[in-house]
Amino acid sequence: MIESLLEICYLIASVTFVLGLKLMGNPRSARQGNLIAAAGMGVAIFGTIFLHEKEVPMLIYGLIGLALLIGTIAGWVTARKVAMTKMPELVSLFNGMGGACAALISLIEYPNLKNETGSLIAVLAGLIIGTVSFSGSIIAFMKLNGSLNKAIRLPQYNILNTIMMAVVLGLGVVMTIVPELNNSVNLYILLGLAVLYGVMFVIPIGGADMPVVISLLNSFTGLAAACGGFLYDNKAMLTGGILVGSAGTLLTIIMCKAMNRPLSNVIFGAFGGGNSTGAGDSAAGGTVKDIQISDLAVLMNYSRKVVIVPGYGLAVAQAQHVIHEIELLLQSRGVEVKYAIHPVAGRMPGHMNVLLAESSVDYDKLVEMEEINPEFSSTDVVLIVGANDVVNPAAKTDPSSPIYGMPILEVEQASHVIVNKRSMNAGYAGIDNPLFYNSKTSMLFGDAKSALTSLANELKNLG
Amino acid sequence: METLSLFIAEHINLIYFIVLSIFVGVEVIGNVPTVIHTPLMSGANAIHGVVIVGAIYVMLHLKTDDYAGLITGFLAVLLGTLNVVGGFVVTDRMLEMFKKKK
Repeated sequence: MIESLLEICYLIASVTFVLGLKLMGNPRSARQGNLIAAAGMGVAIFGTIFLHEKEVPMLIYGLIGLALLIGTIAGWVTARKVAMTKMPELVSLFNGMGGACAALISLIEYPNLKNETGSLIAVLAGLIIGTVSFSGSIIAFMKLNGSLNKAIRLPQYNILNTIMMAVVLGLGVVMTIVPELNNSVNLYILLGLAVLYGVMFVIPIGGADMPVVISLLNSFTGLAAACGGFLYDNKAMLTGGILVGSAGTLLTIIMCKAMNRPLSNVIFGAFGGGNSTGAGDSAAGGTVKDIQISDLAVLMNYSRKVVIVPGYGLAVAQAQHVIHEIELLLQSRGVEVKYAIHPVAGRMPGHMNVLLAESSVDYDKLVEMEEINPEFSSTDVVLIVGANDVVNPAAKTDPSSPIYGMPILEVEQASHVIVNKRSMNAGYAGIDNPLFYNSKTSMLFGDAKSALTSLANELKNLG
Repeated sequence: METLSLFIAEHINLIYFIVLSIFVGVEVIGNVPTVIHTPLMSGANAIHGVVIVGAIYVMLHLKTDDYAGLITGFLAVLLGTLNVVGGFVVTDRMLEMFKKKK
C-alpha cells in the first residue's frame, strides 16, 4: 500500500517535470511551469522521506532534516540576494552541486554493490558524469565571476583532453569487465581522474563559449541523475534526469547554431585569445571618432527610428533601468524604439531579455536577430551598449577571424552607429572590431550607466 | 554478447522508458524562443536536482554506525537541496520579470 503511494508520488513528479518544462517554453506560462515543477519536486522529496516502509532511526531523519533545512535556507537566500548580472554563474554553481550530489551517491553505494553489472555501470557512470559536471561547473563559475579570467591552454590540449577522456572511460570499462580490478582504490583513482578531466575540459574554453558549456554540463548532470534513477529503479529520477539530459543537449545545439558553429568547434576549437586574433588586429586599425552626449541627444531626439543593441556591458554597469528611461523619453517624442537581441548576447542566451525585463521593458520591444536585421537599413540611429562580438562585421568578412561565420546584427546598415564602451579594449572573446573604425560609427566612451544617465538628462532638457 | 542480450531482455521496459523520455525532452524544448533560453536552462537545472531523491533514499538505508556514509550522505542531501531550492528560486526570480504589464 505504502509503496504504491510512493510510486504515485513519483508519477506525479514525473508529469509535473514534463508539464513544467513544456510551460516554461512560453514566456506567458513560464512562471507557472516553474512552480508546477517545483511542487512536483516537493511531492517527490516528501514522499521519499515519509512514505518509507522500514523503521528508520531518528538520527538519520534528523540528519536529513538538518541537511534539507540548511540547503533550503542557503539556496533560497543566495538565489534571492544575488544580482541579476550574476545569474549565469549561479546557475553554473547550482548545477555543480547537483553533479556532486550524484557523485556522492555513487561513492556511498559502491561498497554495497552485489555482483550486478547493470548497477555497477550505473554507479560508475553516475560517478564519472557527476564528477565531471561538478568540477567543470566550478571552473565555469570561476571563469564567469572573474576569479579565473584567462583561458589556460596546455600545449596540445586537444589531444591531451581526448587521451584523458579515454583513460577515464577506459578505467570505468575495465572495472566493469575485470572483477579483480573492481576495488575501492581504483574507484578513488577514477574519482580523481574525473575531477581532473572536468577541469581540463572547461579550462581551455574561453569567454564567449561559456554559456554553451554550462548548458552542456547541465545536461551532464541530468544524465548523472538518470544513472541514479536506473540504480534505484526510481522513475522520478529517471524522467527528471533524462528529460534534462535530452532537453539540455538540444538547448546546447540550438545555442551553437545561433553562433553558427558546430559543438565540436566549441569544445575543441580555439576561441578567445586564440591564434588568429593577431590577424584581426592588423586588419582593423585606423581612427575612431567620438561623439558628445549633447550632440547624441539631439541626433536621437530627431530620429524616426532608434534601435538599441544591449550587451553584457549594459548588465555589468547595471544600466538596464536608464536605458528603459531613454526608451520611454524617445517614445514620448514620437521616436520608434526597439531592442535588437542577438541570440548569444550577454553571457547566456536570453540573458539580455531577463535583464531588460527586470527594468520592465515590454518584451514585444525585444526583437530577435532574424527579424531586426532587415530593419537596420531603415534605422536612423543604432545605440550599442556594451556589446561587441555580436555586432562585429569581421564575422562576415574576415575568414581568419575566430568568429567568422557567426550570424551578427547588421548594424552597419543603419545611418548612424553609436557605440558605448568603457575603453577600446577588445570584447569578451578578445577580438578586435572593425565596426569601431567605420565612418558611420561614433564612439561614446565611458561607463554605460553614467553615460546613459547624462544622455537621459540631455533628452529631458530638449523636451 | 549473450550477457548483453540478457541485459536488454531483462530491462526492456526501462529501455523503452528511457528512449521515450529522450523524445519527450527533445519535443518539449523544440521551437522555444531565445527570449526564454536562460530561464529554461535554469529551470532544467532545477529539475535535475531530483537527484536529491536518490540521496535521501541512500540516507534512509544507512546504518547509524556508518559514520563515513552518514557524512557523505548528509553532504549529498545538502548539495542536492541547494540545487533544487536555489534552482527553482532563481528561475522564478528570472520569470517574475517577464510578467506582462498591460
